[in-house]
Parts: sequence; structure tokens; C-alpha cells
Amino acid sequence: MPFTRPRTRPPGPRPGGAAATGGSPAGTRAPARTGLTWRQRLSWLDVRLSPYLYISPFFLVFLLIGIFPLAYTAYVSFFDWSLIGGQGEYVGLQNYRDVLGNPYFWKSVVNTLSIFVLSSGPQIVIALVVAALLTTYLRVPTFWRMSVLLPFVVAPAATAIIFGNVFGDRYGLINQGLDLIGLGPIQWHVDRLASHLAIASMVNWRWTGYNALILLAAMQAVPRDLYEAAEIDGAGKVRQFWSLTLPMIRPTLLFVIVTSTIGGLQIFAEPRLFDNTPAHNGGSDRQFSTVTMLVYDYGWRLRELGLASATSWLLFLMIVAFAILNFVLVRRAGRHL
Amino acid sequence: MTRRPGFLVYGLLAAYALGSAFPLYWSILIGSSTAEVVTRQLPPLLPGGHFFDNAARVIDTVPFWKALGNSLMVSTATACSVVFFSTLAGFAFAKLRFRGREALLVFVVATMAVPTQLGVVPLFIQMARFGWTGSVWAAAVPWVVTAFGVFFMRQYLLDAVPDELVEAARVDGCSQIRVFWHVALPAAKPAAAILWLFTFMQVWTDFFWPLIVLPADNPTIQIALNQLQSGYFKDFSLILAGAFMATVPLLILFVLTGRQLVAGVMQGAVKG
Repeated sequence: MPFTRPRTRPPGPRPGGAAATGGSPAGTRAPARTGLTWRQRLSWLDVRLSPYLYISPFFLVFLLIGIFPLAYTAYVSFFDWSLIGGQGEYVGLQNYRDVLGNPYFWKSVVNTLSIFVLSSGPQIVIALVVAALLTTYLRVPTFWRMSVLLPFVVAPAATAIIFGNVFGDRYGLINQGLDLIGLGPIQWHVDRLASHLAIASMVNWRWTGYNALILLAAMQAVPRDLYEAAEIDGAGKVRQFWSLTLPMIRPTLLFVIVTSTIGGLQIFAEPRLFDNTPAHNGGSDRQFSTVTMLVYDYGWRLRELGLASATSWLLFLMIVAFAILNFVLVRRAGRHL
Repeated sequence: MTRRPGFLVYGLLAAYALGSAFPLYWSILIGSSTAEVVTRQLPPLLPGGHFFDNAARVIDTVPFWKALGNSLMVSTATACSVVFFSTLAGFAFAKLRFRGREALLVFVVATMAVPTQLGVVPLFIQMARFGWTGSVWAAAVPWVVTAFGVFFMRQYLLDAVPDELVEAARVDGCSQIRVFWHVALPAAKPAAAILWLFTFMQVWTDFFWPLIVLPADNPTIQIALNQLQSGYFKDFSLILAGAFMATVPLLILFVLTGRQLVAGVMQGAVKG
């Protein structure tokens, strides 16, 4: 039985009740919503389905470029998979054994952690101080906030190049400064710890101001009257900061720490371009090579995508472990504040 | 209780601001010297006047204009795509009711923490399969939608568009897409501008993925920097001039929109 309702009504607003009288007789194949015009039904569909339509591009594309690749990385990691020849034999856990048996992997892990600790620790502390300075009633606050955010517009690659020069082993500004005050030059590109310090300073330079602004926003959201109450109770500025500000901004602090962990453990451009040699190995003995650099080396130098994938997964696990660790530590620290 | 801070606060902040600006100044300083000045015992204090010579050499050494054009194109297009899809999804999450909304939103938030950079191998395999690895658009692929964008727009639209307005528009016979177009989109403008800026900068400064996926003769600006830095003979006046040149477009953006950038960082934070 064909659709009995006239579908060619001129469009236009009409009261729903009037349309219902011209509706289909009971028992037609029209779905349960009898008594609705075509337009109303369309509108009902619109209300029901549009939201899914609007959010679907995000989910589809994210599935395609975010979730699927991450899962597929695990798949690739079980194969002998060449960049040129494509998928090869199934090798089980052999790629993982190879990576874990590579001394440079462990060296990269230690380097990555060392750079991460040297950058995130001071970064959070300085960001807190800068944020506290910015909460005062400054003249032209926007100017100060912008000046703090300036390094954020310098790309990691450019940062690495500039800092690589400032930390130059022979003619670098820092070593010349040290020379002026009678201290010996530091081999920033040779010495392991020194190179980590130099790379951490790039990260700190670029991200501290950004994080300070995030913390500033959180600090400004703390109700004023709490500070007034604390003042009446005789708490000084420092005490107020420790006992009031810090506990109040803890969720934001956690957010800053977790995001800097996720980003920091994947560090790549800074150490790669800090190496002045065309090899970009992270130093002659890979003294500042990181895990992501190893992913690149395996995949696009040795052209072994299986090994690159295994390394990616190991790094992924490392990041997850650290994110959880951060979370637990900050929560526990919160109880003592 | 609005006491103005003392000299100590201003002094510390000024010192920090100087430190923030110094590396950029240093890149101008070295980038405008000659290779011979760079190796002198004491560094120069004022720019040297050779910047344009060095810039010309940068343009000779790497495909600078092509890289600049590529970066501009990819960053702009990606930022537009992110803003559009994020606003659409953000609007649905903020103002429309549908089954599974809360769960899906939690999923969006959770994906913000997923290090997508670790999926580069399959992404590269896909790009190679499609034959996109030579095209500069491949550099945009990981960024076309971001969970952060969706969440950011959702948070903004939650307050920016009153529910009554959406309902009134519906009662007047507006379809959902017209509500989006005529009510949500105009209200979303300030946040959309901020999201656009951040996405633009993110794509502009991205390094790992374009390094993998782009060929040497068709780079983005960051990859051109990588090439500039890869020579056997290190001429720092050349390299630092290049580093500065690669930063100029973002510096212009920063000067023009710094206020919005600051607001953006602070907004994302409070609600994030």
C-alpha cells in the first residue's frame, strides 16, 4: 500500500492539530507516530538524529587517525615489517625482544626520563611562582601575561636551533659567560647530564609561561573571601599560598602535570636538532637521544616499521604508567597539604 | 584590598620577561652577523646589519618560500577544519539532547590524553598506501579534528548560548542546522577565533609527523629548518637567521592576537 498521506502539501507553518485530521487511516504502514505531518516527522528526525550527525565527523576521523593507528601499531609490532617491502612474517614478540635487548633503548629511556625530570620539576615550581606574581594587582596585566607567553610562539625546532647555539661547546654564549667569571667551559653537547640540562632548559623556556597562565586562571578562581578570612586569622602571604592557594588549585595542577608528562616523554624535536652533526643521533654516543628519536631511527633509518611500532608501544606504556603515577602522587600530596 | 604590588614583583616579572624574549633577540643578533663575528670572543650586543644577506642565503640553501607557503596553507586549512567540526560537535554536546551524550563526552575528554603521535607507523603506512606521502596535505592529517577542540567549544557554548534561545528558535520552526548556523555559530565566534589560533600554531610548529611524511623538496617550514641545520659546515649566522625567519609569521600573529591567546590559555584552563 502506498503512502496514503498527501506529501505534496505546500510547505509552511501549520498547526499540528489540523494536519492530524488529514492523517492516514489507522493500521497503515506508517510508523507508530500517526497524527504527525511529514514536516513534523522530519522535524522529529531532525531533533533525534542531528546531534549524532554533528558529532560523527569528530568520532569518525578520530577513530581513523587516533584510535585505529594506535591499535594497529600493536599489530604491526608483531611482524617483520619493512618500510619499503611492507608486511612480512609474523615474528611474535621478537621485535620487543630486539628493542628491549638494544642497549640504546635503555639509554634513550634514561635520557628521556632525565630530561623529563629536569624540565617538568623546575617548570611547575617556576610556573607557580610566576602565576603568583601575576595574581597581584599589576598595571597593564595583559602586557605581563603576553610577555610570559611569548616563547610559546617559537617552534620547538627553532628553539632547539637557538639554544643549540647559546649552549655551544666552543663559542656559545653560556660558555663565554662562564669563561668571563673564570669557570671552565662545559661540554654541553658531549657531557650527558649537561646536554640534558640544556635540552630541559628549552622545554622550560617554552612551556613555563604557558603553564603559569593556566595556573593563574585557577588561582583567580579561588574565592577572594577565603583570603580575607585567612588574613584575619593571621596567615601571612606565604602561608596563604601553601595552605589555601595550592590545595584550591590542585585539579589544575594535576592537569598541568599530566599534560606535561604526556608531552615531555615524547620529546623529539629539541634533542634531535640539539645535535649539530648531520646524523642527528642525539650525540656521538646517543647521550641525549630519546625514545621517540629511537622510533624514528628504527622506522625511517633502518626502515623496520615492526621495531618502530614495538618501541612506540613501549613508550605508550611508559606514558600511561607515568600518568597514573602522577595522578596518585598528586592526590596523596593533596592529603598532606 | 587592592594594593599595588611593589618593585620586587615588577622586577622579578621584568627579569622573567627579559629571559622569555632573550633567545629570540639572540637569534636576530647572530642571524644578522657574519660567520666570522660569531666566533669572536665576546658576542656582539647589537644586531649586525647582515640579516638580509643571511636571509638571502637561507632562501638559496633551502626551499624557503615553498616551505613557507606550505606551512601557511596547511596550518590555515587545518585550523578552519578544526574550528568547523569542533564547533558543530561542541554545539551538539552543549545544547542538544541525545542518548549517550554524557558517555560520548567522557570519551572525548579521555581521548585528549591519548598520545596520538605514537600511532605514526600505521598512519604512515596508510598515507603511503593512498600515495599521499608526497603531498603537503599529508602533514595536516593528524590534526584535522582534535578532542581538545570539541571540548573547548562545548565548554564555551554551554554558557554562551542560552537554552531558551535554542528552544525559541526551535519553536519558531528552525531546523537544528539553522539553530546552529544562526544562533550557535555567531555566539561561538570569540572561542572559535581562539581555537583557530591555537590550531594554526600547533600545525605550524609540528615537527615529528611532517619530518616523516614529507619529502625533502616539499617541506613545511619546520622541516626546512631541519634541512638548514643538517649541513656539515655549521654557519650559525645562517641557521639562526633561518630560525628567526621561521618564527616571524607566528610573531606577527602573536603581536596582533596576543590578547586572545592569553585569554585562550586561561579559559582552556579554568574549565579544562
